[in-house]
This record gives sequence, structure tokens and C-alpha cells, in this order.
Amino acid sequence: MTTLVIAEHNNSELQASTYNAIAAAKQLSGETVLLVAGHDCQSVADQAAKAEGVDKVLLAQAAFLEHLLAEDVEKAVMAQEGDYSHILAPASTFGKNMMPRIAALLDVQQISDIISVESDDTFKRPVYAGNAIATVKSNDSKKVITVRATAFDSLATEGGSASIENVDAGTHTELSNYVGEELTESERPDLGTANVVVSGGRGMGNGENFEMLETLADKLGAAVGASRAAVDAGFVPNDYQVGQTGKIVAPELYIAVGISGAIQHLAGMKDSKVIVAINKDEEAPIFQVADYGLVEDLFKAIPELIEAL
Amino acid sequence: MKILVAIKRVIDANVKVRVKPDNSGVETANVKMSMNPFCEIAVEEAVRLKEKGIASEVVAVSIGNQQCQETLRTALALGADKAILVKTDDQLEPLAVSKVLKKVVEQEGPEMVLLGKQSIDGDNNQTGQMLGALLGWGQGTFASEVEVEDGKTKVTREIDGGLQTIELKLPAVVTTDLRLNEPRFASLPNIMKAKRKPLDEVALADLGVDTASRTETISVENPPERSEGIKVETVAELVDKLKNEAKVI
Repeated sequence: MTTLVIAEHNNSELQASTYNAIAAAKQLSGETVLLVAGHDCQSVADQAAKAEGVDKVLLAQAAFLEHLLAEDVEKAVMAQEGDYSHILAPASTFGKNMMPRIAALLDVQQISDIISVESDDTFKRPVYAGNAIATVKSNDSKKVITVRATAFDSLATEGGSASIENVDAGTHTELSNYVGEELTESERPDLGTANVVVSGGRGMGNGENFEMLETLADKLGAAVGASRAAVDAGFVPNDYQVGQTGKIVAPELYIAVGISGAIQHLAGMKDSKVIVAINKDEEAPIFQVADYGLVEDLFKAIPELIEAL
Repeated sequence: MKILVAIKRVIDANVKVRVKPDNSGVETANVKMSMNPFCEIAVEEAVRLKEKGIASEVVAVSIGNQQCQETLRTALALGADKAILVKTDDQLEPLAVSKVLKKVVEQEGPEMVLLGKQSIDGDNNQTGQMLGALLGWGQGTFASEVEVEDGKTKVTREIDGGLQTIELKLPAVVTTDLRLNEPRFASLPNIMKAKRKPLDEVALADLGVDTASRTETISVENPPERSEGIKVETVAELVDKLKNEAKVI
């Protein structure tokens, strides 16, 4: 048995989620092969070769793979000749976008967003916004799986010495072409991997008030997140959203400010180690999952908190 | 152009789901069911494309039991022109759903299939992408903006780092994210009108698609509960707890 992990990267370095997917692959029998498909991304392959748990790196380079569009990644993966028992990718927007195409072409029912490996064919995954955990056994001969990054601690990023092999990159489909991107630029840590996350909700009132949370985040070395309500209201961009259909985070410390705590939001953060809720409504459901709750007007509490740190 | 919108009937988003005592699944008896919220956004987008004169016909399709008729009537009340119910009492997996939808696409000949990016029950986020691959079509997933022009569609997608815009050749599959639009409410006259719109039924078995399950659900359990925490009175107390008790700052 051999597992193929599809690397998520930006053509210069691996995304942290790839290491989590490798960690999940290591819990399966057999070797782990990492496919780096991209453009001008030798540095990614070099980095991947050092990762603990990677036995071999396949490097598929082509100009049309620069933006890793789903249709092209599908072709690059399907061009690989190895016989893989398992194909894994992170359950990020990258993995969610392209992986089901591969599963469909292999005639496999994908298992999405696994949080544990029970055996080579049985996995746990959250359903109903994390309100239930299903244990699912796959009867397909191959398994196609996306991995929830926060559920698998990454292995060492240095020390390995896997071989790197150049492989076929497939062909450009022309079905889809890249037009452009608007990425949120931030000096703060990545929301998905930050040790501390400060999130704001509808209670923030407007986008300007988020500056207060940014100041607090900078004091704590934290990332800034938001509830769906705050994103829908236009206070912050979409990539801030924490929840069932947004980002899943599990930091050491999660501070929810002015967030009521709808189940869809809780689905994205309830695996955080320590949860703090600051909300003036003492009935807010967020307090039911908070380790420390402070019933207080956030406009009074946050400046005080910034001052106290 | 014709648009096909695939919709799913799910437990209403506001219902607190309960795991069955025998751990075989979640309780669905006497639970409020609704159209999956992402599918509602898909219907709304299709109807808006029709109102703009871009789409000529909007066909809604659902796969499920007789009660899915109700969900399809909602789609008709929101502005779909016609509905198709593929009838089955089985719970189909996304792969099977995408194979059935492929069959419907071959029969209906739409130039765009709109779907929700995921359903809020299974949280799989697979069907649209699988359909795209099976049809050999391009896909614009997690869409927050859709423009159609000259046989192409430009889709802005919500991705982890922000927004990405791609251009797809038509026909194509588009899956909706939350910010694509705000679905309208069906007006009473439109609900009445929907009762007279065509709703075709076809038995799943008649489509000749292999929809056998590929997975077995061994058990469904409650997630680990967080123990209830404490309330602190002041910011100073909070900082003290975080420093000295939780030791996280």
C-alpha cells in the first residue's frame, strides 16, 4: 500500500496544512509519496523532501499549474502512474476544490474532512456542523480523503531526505482560466495555524471597530477572525470567517468578542484549547463553550484588556 | 441559456440535531426540514440570471423521497420554471448524486449547473466538483460573484487567502458560497403560482445509474462536550486566569 499526498503550496513554500495531511498519511500502512504539482516550484519539492514521514517527492511542473486550478490539478494527479491505495489532501479550499474531481474520475466516494484514522479503511469525520461525529468505513478499493488540518499535529519539517522525481504534469484543459486574485495581506499569523485567535462578531458594530481587535491581536501575536454575521455585514473580508463553512481553527487561545455563538460558528472553533467569550448578553450561547466568560460591553472590556496586557 | 439548479432537502439550519440513542444516525423524525441554505442561494442566483435576461429557463432538480416535492415547490415559488424529482427512498452519497445529475444534464441540456457548495447535513462539499469531472466541464466553486458573457462565465471564488477570479468556458458547474446573494422570500402569489408549474417525477431506478453505497456508517456519536467554564467579573481577573491558570498568555 502506498499513499499519495497532494501538496498545498504557493509555488515557493508548502502550506502548513500539507504537513497535517502528511501526519494523517503516516497513520496509514505503507509508504507516503508527496506530489508537488505547480509552476517553478523546485523549492517546494526541496522543502517537502526534508519533511518527516515523506518517502518520495514527485515534482510535476508546468506553467498552467501556477494557480492550481481544479481542472488542471485533476489532470496532473490522474497522470501519475503509481498504484496508490490512498490519496490525501488538506481539507482547505484547495483540497475541497480539486479532490472530488479526482474521486469522481476514480469512481470513489470521497471521505471529506477526516478528524481521525481508525484503520486503513475507517475514519471519523464531523457531520451536521460538528454536532455529530460519524465513523465511516470506505468499501472502495482506493480511498480519496481530505484531512482536517487541526485534527492532526504535523510531524517534523526538517531532517528527512526523500528523493525527488520529476513526473508528468498532465495537460492544460482550457476549461478554466485564471483571471486574478485579491488576497488579504497581513503581517499577522495565518488564521488556520495561529496559536491565538481574536474573533469579532456582529457586536463589533462596524469594520472600523475591528481595529480595536487588531490592536489586541498584535499584543497577543494573534490572528484576527470573525463570525459569519460580521463577514456578511461587510465588516471584514470573507477569509476571516470561522465556522462550519469557513475556516476551522483550534488555537491554544480563542477570544470571541461580540459573538453570540451560533452552532455554525461553534463548529469552527470549539476544538480550541482555551476559549474566552466577551459579550454583554449573558444569555449568549457562546458562554456555554467558553472556559472564561466575561459579561461586559466589549467597547469597555477590549480597551481595558489591551491596557492590561 | 438554460440553467439547472440542484437542490437538497435537509434538516433546517436552526434545528439542534440530536444523535439517536442507538448511534445509527441523527434523529430525523418530526424534525423541521428545509431547502439546504446553499441551494437556496443557487436558486436565487439562477432566478437573477433569468431576470437579467441571461438565462432563458431555470430547472430545479432534487433527488429524494416524495416530501422533496415540497422543497421543489419552494424553488418554483422562488422563480424556477420547472422542477424534476428523481424519486428514491435511499440516501444517496455525493458520488451517486453526481452520477444521477449527469444523467439529468444529458436529458435537459443546460449550459450551467448551479449547486450549493455543500449541504449542511453531510458537510461533504463534493457534488458540484464530482459532476464537473464526470461531465468534463470546468467548475467555479464557492462563488461570491457570477457574470456571464459571450459563452463564458467569470466566477469570483471565496478561497482561504481571500478572493480568486477565474473564467470558465460554458457549459460549466458553479457552486455557491454565502456571499453570492441574499435569497428572496417567496411571495404568496408566487407560492400559489408555483402550484401550477410543472413538476415531473422520475423513478431513480428508471435512470439506470449505479447508486450503490460505497461507504458504511459504523456509528454516529455526540462530539466530546466541553465542560462549562466560569464567569469572570473583571478584565483583570480574566488576564490573571489566562496567565496563571490556563497559562496561555
